[in-house]
Amino acid sequence: MPNYSWPPMSTRAVMGKSPKRQDGLEKASGRAKYNSDLNKPGMLFTALLHSPYAHARVRSIDTSAAEKLQGVTAVRVMAAAGAEVNWQSQEVAVVAATSEAVARDAVRLIKVDWEVLPHMVKEDDLGKVGNRAKPAGEQVTGDPDKAFKEADVVLDGSYGMPVLTHCCLEPHGQVVEWKGDVVNFWPSTQTVSNVGGDLAKNLELPATQVKVHQDHVGGGFGSKFAADRWGIEGARLSKASGGRPVKVFLDRAAELNIAGNRPSAYAKIKIAAKKDGTITAWDSVSWATGGMGGGGMPPIPYVYTNIPNKRLNHTAVATNGGPLRAWRAPNHPQASYLTCSALEDLAAKLGMDPMVLFAKNVQYAAEARRETYLYQLKKAAELSEWSKLWHRRGDSGSGPVKRGLGIGICTWQGAGHASNCKATIHSDGSVEVELGSQDLGTGTRTIIGQVAAETLGLPLEAVKVKIGDNSYPVSGSSGGSTTVGGVSSSTRIATVNVLEKLFEKVAPSLNSTADKLEARGGKIQVKGDATKSLTWAAACKKLGVQSISDNGTNDQRNPRGLNTAGVAGIQVADVSVDVETGVVKMNRMVAVQDCGLIVNPKLAESQVLGACIMSVCGALMEERVMDAMTGRVLNPEMEFYKLAGIADIGNIVVHMDIREENDKRGIVGLGEPPTVGGVAAIANAVANAIGVRVPSVPLTPDRVLAALEEKRS
Amino acid sequence: MSKHHDELVEKSPRQSASGESGFSRRGFLRTTGATTSAIGTTALLTEDEAIAAQGAGMGPGAVPITLNINGKDQKLTVEPRVTLLDACRNNLDLTGAKRVCDRGTCGACTMIMNGKVVYACTVLAIDAQGKKIQTIEGLAAEGKYHPISQAFVNQDAQQCGYCTPGFVMASKGFLDRNPNPTEEQVLKGLGGNLCRCGTYMGVRKAVLEASKVMKGGKNA
Repeated sequence: MPNYSWPPMSTRAVMGKSPKRQDGLEKASGRAKYNSDLNKPGMLFTALLHSPYAHARVRSIDTSAAEKLQGVTAVRVMAAAGAEVNWQSQEVAVVAATSEAVARDAVRLIKVDWEVLPHMVKEDDLGKVGNRAKPAGEQVTGDPDKAFKEADVVLDGSYGMPVLTHCCLEPHGQVVEWKGDVVNFWPSTQTVSNVGGDLAKNLELPATQVKVHQDHVGGGFGSKFAADRWGIEGARLSKASGGRPVKVFLDRAAELNIAGNRPSAYAKIKIAAKKDGTITAWDSVSWATGGMGGGGMPPIPYVYTNIPNKRLNHTAVATNGGPLRAWRAPNHPQASYLTCSALEDLAAKLGMDPMVLFAKNVQYAAEARRETYLYQLKKAAELSEWSKLWHRRGDSGSGPVKRGLGIGICTWQGAGHASNCKATIHSDGSVEVELGSQDLGTGTRTIIGQVAAETLGLPLEAVKVKIGDNSYPVSGSSGGSTTVGGVSSSTRIATVNVLEKLFEKVAPSLNSTADKLEARGGKIQVKGDATKSLTWAAACKKLGVQSISDNGTNDQRNPRGLNTAGVAGIQVADVSVDVETGVVKMNRMVAVQDCGLIVNPKLAESQVLGACIMSVCGALMEERVMDAMTGRVLNPEMEFYKLAGIADIGNIVVHMDIREENDKRGIVGLGEPPTVGGVAAIANAVANAIGVRVPSVPLTPDRVLAALEEKRS
Repeated sequence: MSKHHDELVEKSPRQSASGESGFSRRGFLRTTGATTSAIGTTALLTEDEAIAAQGAGMGPGAVPITLNINGKDQKLTVEPRVTLLDACRNNLDLTGAKRVCDRGTCGACTMIMNGKVVYACTVLAIDAQGKKIQTIEGLAAEGKYHPISQAFVNQDAQQCGYCTPGFVMASKGFLDRNPNPTEEQVLKGLGGNLCRCGTYMGVRKAVLEASKVMKGGKNA
């Protein structure tokens, strides 16, 4: 049985180093072709007709005028007579035409007779949602009533976080061509190997008939796993247009309205504690929406899951908004924000340093992570100059600009998804690895190349990485921070296997046996005797005219120690708030990230930096604003659906906890965990600065000023 | 309560205008536009442009225009409502500039026009005639890379990369005017571009690195 284990940290030549991302120049020169960039010969453009109402029934729909417009090749109705639409902007019909302009004109000619039905789009006040509330059963652990009665102190707080949208810069969509019995599908997807099957099922075709290709994807964040209703209709439009390729990419408003969102989270939380800060009980009433399906309960109390006495009540609220989709660490940022806000408020009530309170209660965290959290709290305190800059809540001087610090905490599973890799060595010495995977900008391509090069003792440039096509071996969806774990493990196994075959071929010419050979520094050599060696090229020549290949599988039930689940992280935010204007300014974010084995430290750090910036957006700016009267989204564009700009983020300090003892755990996954704690940290820093809790995020000037006003009165 | 959807759309000025004046305008173009559309040199959609020029759709019909892009005159036929961005992406296969917000907010479509940085999604193609337009494709010759692009790679200033060409062009426009910027100036100068993956820390370093390299005279 070959040894698949990762080579020891000290001997790695390519892994653990930070070569530049392999597709970097292609992207930074504008030459990379995303599927939204495709211009296929004869390609048709599309436009969607969206529902203007949040809740309505189609009495009748007449597309005849649209069909007659010159340049229109096909029209598909997506909400036929009798159909109910449940959110504004839901798709009603889609038109294919020779230009975008004609397609849009055609959409305007479609006549719909609507029966408008009552809608409900606001969930922030649970008392006003009426029959849209779907309460889950109460969960009780221990004896919370007794614990609250006996508590030295009880914290009572309210916190809220609105619905956010993914706002992928490359909108959801695809170019699709249904010609004969084959469908060519060029989507923007997080799952190259699986999206074809989804399309095939919906078109009632064998999955073998759908060919998927994607070189680059312009952001997904959890929202791009499906073939999508518009992709399915796009295929039908293509068929109805004689097999011409059809481009269906959402416009920005549709992207923000219908292509997924992150559910809101609201909670009234009570915590019972002793004078020394030890928590004894938790009581939460929480609610959330992510459209008609409501929203599930975030995992609260977060991280401190083993608080002995708990009462949890959660209500999903059905609202007439676009449906939720997974959003980078689903429900964890919400859980971290709700929990850490309450813990910070408890510390303030006790007059305690929250660093001390967070550490004191670490006994309630999963046993495997307790030491890590204690280590990280210390490290984060050091990097944020906590002992110098932290002060008691509100004790921040007499000037109008108040500085404050706050903590956020995270946990995540990760590990590796099911992945298959095929590795091939050609007799000319060239090497290729193939996986039906995708690079979301996380650096997947580069990391696969590093693992293969490391195993084969070659430089990174010697390996051709082929991903992005469903004719390659099936690899998992990029979700759950499992891609690097999955593709690295399958690539390691495939390249070890193919190298074994090469060893067998060349062993006789080195007067040795396969088990005594190793591949290092571009050579195949006898272990411990570098005088007996062949260059890589000379070794591969021994293959004659034959290429050799082998496969590797990351089996999630037996990952062979190559990847494991479970990480912890701590973030500390440092903000300044102008109490006259309500403006919050980021000074610094510190992220201390537990990370297992890191294949490329630079790419890993980029993930954490990006996650911190996303947290700044969520804490200070982002909010999908609904209008109760009309049921419409008021800001489905990027002027008022705010994202942070380059000057809004302050400084960010990342500490990747790369250590031998963490490395031994194998690859864990990093895409999601650092997105979790940032909003909590910033919200807590603002409370620390201004002396009062702003009850909901984003911490816009109006909310900050309102909280200050309430405190004064 | 019930409403005809077409009540909403019939108020659209574009549609009512097309009903009154579109006919004669299109009739005029049928005689002039159809011939010129065949001239289209690098245009991808000549057949569809021909349909457009014959009066498909509801706006005034397509017109032949010439755009000077990356030092070369490009002839194409587009409707007056088509933006410079869409003309480049859909008609000329210049897809480095991306359509993201389509409302002049995010900067993913940034181009340089007569030396000034513009959001190509808010410039009409017909208004870009007679101007010198530079897209990211014009920054470096084939097989070569501009030092700004290189600096973005060196500093890992990109993830999904969809905003990156816009950032590179905005950086070019910024460095042309501020060849030796401070970090503070970079924060102001690049404030018109947005990134969703969160690559700003790298972008700050990349722009500063590029300013140093370009001053060294290696490339401009």
